[in-house]
Amino acid sequence: MTGLFSLFRRLEGPQTVGRGPGFWSLFAFVLAVALAYPLFSDGYTVGNTVYFLVWVFIALSLCVIWGYGGSLSFGQTAFFGIAGYGYGVLTLNFGSGYGFTLLALVIAVAIAALFAVLLGYFMFFGRIAGVFLGIVTLAVTLMLERFMAQTAGPEWHIGTARLNGFNGMSAMPPLTIPWPGEPIVLFADVGLYYFVLGLLVFVYLALRILMNSSFGNVIVAIRENPERAEMLGYDIRRYQLITFVVGAALAGLSGVLYTAWGQYITPSSMGMTAAALPLIWVAVGGRSDLTSTVVGTLVVLAAFQALTIYGSQYALVFMGVLLVLTVLIAPNGLVLGAMNWIGRLAARFTQRAG
Amino acid sequence: MSLLELRDLNKHFGGLHVTNAVNLTLEPGEIHCLIGPNGAGKSTLFRLILGEHHPGSGEIVFAGENITALKSFARIHRGLSVKFQVPGVFKGLSVRQNLEIALQSRHRGAELDAEIDRQLGFLGLEAEQAQTAGNLSHGQKQWLEIGMAISLKPRLLLLDEPTAGMSPEETHMTGEMVQRLNAGGMTVLAIEHDMAFVRQVAQRVTVLHLGQVFAQGSIDEIVADERVAAIYLGQAHA
Ligand SMILES: Nc1ncnc2c1ncn2[C@@H]1O[C@H](COP(=O)(O)OP(=O)(O)O)[C@@H](O)[C@H]1O
Ligand SMILES: [Mg+2]
Repeated sequence: MTGLFSLFRRLEGPQTVGRGPGFWSLFAFVLAVALAYPLFSDGYTVGNTVYFLVWVFIALSLCVIWGYGGSLSFGQTAFFGIAGYGYGVLTLNFGSGYGFTLLALVIAVAIAALFAVLLGYFMFFGRIAGVFLGIVTLAVTLMLERFMAQTAGPEWHIGTARLNGFNGMSAMPPLTIPWPGEPIVLFADVGLYYFVLGLLVFVYLALRILMNSSFGNVIVAIRENPERAEMLGYDIRRYQLITFVVGAALAGLSGVLYTAWGQYITPSSMGMTAAALPLIWVAVGGRSDLTSTVVGTLVVLAAFQALTIYGSQYALVFMGVLLVLTVLIAPNGLVLGAMNWIGRLAARFTQRAG
Repeated sequence: MSLLELRDLNKHFGGLHVTNAVNLTLEPGEIHCLIGPNGAGKSTLFRLILGEHHPGSGEIVFAGENITALKSFARIHRGLSVKFQVPGVFKGLSVRQNLEIALQSRHRGAELDAEIDRQLGFLGLEAEQAQTAGNLSHGQKQWLEIGMAISLKPRLLLLDEPTAGMSPEETHMTGEMVQRLNAGGMTVLAIEHDMAFVRQVAQRVTVLHLGQVFAQGSIDEIVADERVAAIYLGQAHA
C-alpha cells in the first residue's frame, strides 16, 4: 500500500514538467478528448490517427536516451526495424491464433532489447561516448538498411517469411486479441486506436515514475557530469546500458506497432531520413522532458502531414525551418520553452492572487 | 594499520614522468595536506588514488586491501570520496537534487528528505536549495561539492584545492568544516595552496615536486625548510 503510494508520488518530480491539480486536470481533459474522439470521427480517420501515436514511442525512446541520459543515439530506427521485422517474421510463420500476435509483440520488442544489450555493452563498456556514440548507432542502422535492401532473392527467408529486399515485408496479420467466440482483430481502426492509446498512456506514466525515481536521478546526473556521478559511487556504464536498453525497447515497440498497423515494413524504415526525423521531433518538442516530447512529436507530425498535401518538399523545408527556429529561440525545445513560460506565468498569477 | 598506502607509484604522460616513485602513507584520523608548485603532479596523484588514471607501476592499498585494479565506483564503495579541483556539481540540477543524488544510496523516503535538509544546514545552503547549481557562486559550488563528497560518509576524504577562489573568511570556515569532519573520525587528504588553511588544519604536510615526494613533516618543519622555499621561489621566478 505504501509502496504503491510512493510509486504514484513519483508521477511528479524535478525531472518532469507538470505538477499539481492544474496539470493533472489538463491531463485528464486531454485524455477524455482522446477517448471520445472516435465517437466524432470515422474508422478510417481514426486508423490514420494511430499512425501518429505509433511514432510517439520512438520519440520517447530518444527522449530517454538523449534528453535524459545525454547520449545522442542516431540509430533508434535500428531497433524499430529489428522489432518490426521480428514481428513480421514471427506472425507470418506462426499466424495470429491463440493470441500469438501479442506474444510476437513481446518477443519482437525483447529481440530489439537484446540487440541493444550487445551493442550497448560494446559501446558503454568500451567507453564510446559523445559524438562517436551517434556515429556508431547511425552506422548500425544504415548497415541494417543496406542488408535488408539486398534480401530480394528467394533464398532470403526465415521459415515461410520472405524478406523481400527493398520492397519490404507485407501481409503479416494485425494484432489480434483472443476472445471467446470471435477474436478481436485490431485493423487500423478504432480498436487499434484504443489499444495504442492505452499503451501510450501506460508508457508515459511509467516513464514519469522511472525518471523521477532514484534511477532517473542517476541518469540525469550522468548527463550533467559523468565523472562526478561515478565519484558518487555509481557504476555509470551499467546505468547507461540500462537506459539504452529501455530506449531500444520503446523504439522496438514503435516498430512492432507500425508494422502491425500497416501490415507492412520496408528497409527504408531504418534509413537516413527515418533516423533523422525522430531527432527533429524530439529536439523541437523538448528532449529533456517526456510531456514536451509527446506534445512536440504529435504537433510536428500533424503539421508535416498537413503540409505534405501541398508537396513533400515543403514539408521537409518546414522541418528544417522548425529545427533552426528551435536552435535559435528555444534550444531546449519549443514546447518545453512554452510550458516553462506558462508555468512561470501561472506561478506569478497565483502569487498575486494569494 | 595505515588507512592509505601508496607504494612506489609511477605514472607517465608520454615522456612526462608525472608521478615518480611516490610513497605515501596516511594514518587513520589524520588531516594531511599535500602542497607543491603548479604542475607538481598533485591532482594526478588524486586521480591515481581514485582510479581515473592507472599507474604504470606501483600499488595502492586502502584499509589493507590492494585497490590498484579496482574501478573508480568500487573504490568509492570502499570508503573514498573526492572534491575535484574544478567544481564538478551537476550544473543543470537544483542544489537540493545534487545532494539527493549523493545521499539517495544510503537513505530513502522521509529519512532522505531529512538528511538533505541536515546537509543543507551544515553547508549553509538552505536558501539556495531550489537554485540551479550552475548559478551558485564559485565558493558555494565548492561547498556543495564538498557536501556531496562527505554525504558518502567516506573514511578518506580527498579535497583538491577546496578553498580556491574563497575569501579569507570563507577559507577559515572551510577549515573549521574540515576539522569538524575530522573530529567525527574522517581522515582527510587535502591539496592546498593557501598556507593559512594548511596551518589551520594540517597535522602533517607532504611536499610534492616534479612528481616526487620532496619533503614531509609538520607545517613548522616544512616552512623552515629552505629547500622547500627554494622550489616555490624557483617557480615564482620562472
Ligand atoms: N591527462 C593528462 N595528459 C597529459 N598530461 C597531463 C594530464 N594531466 C596532467 N598532465 C600534466 O601532468 C603534470 C601534473 O599535472 P597535475 O597533476 O594537474 O599538477 P598539479 O595538480 O600539481 O598542479 C602537468 O605538467 C600537467 O600538464
Ligand atoms: Mg591540481
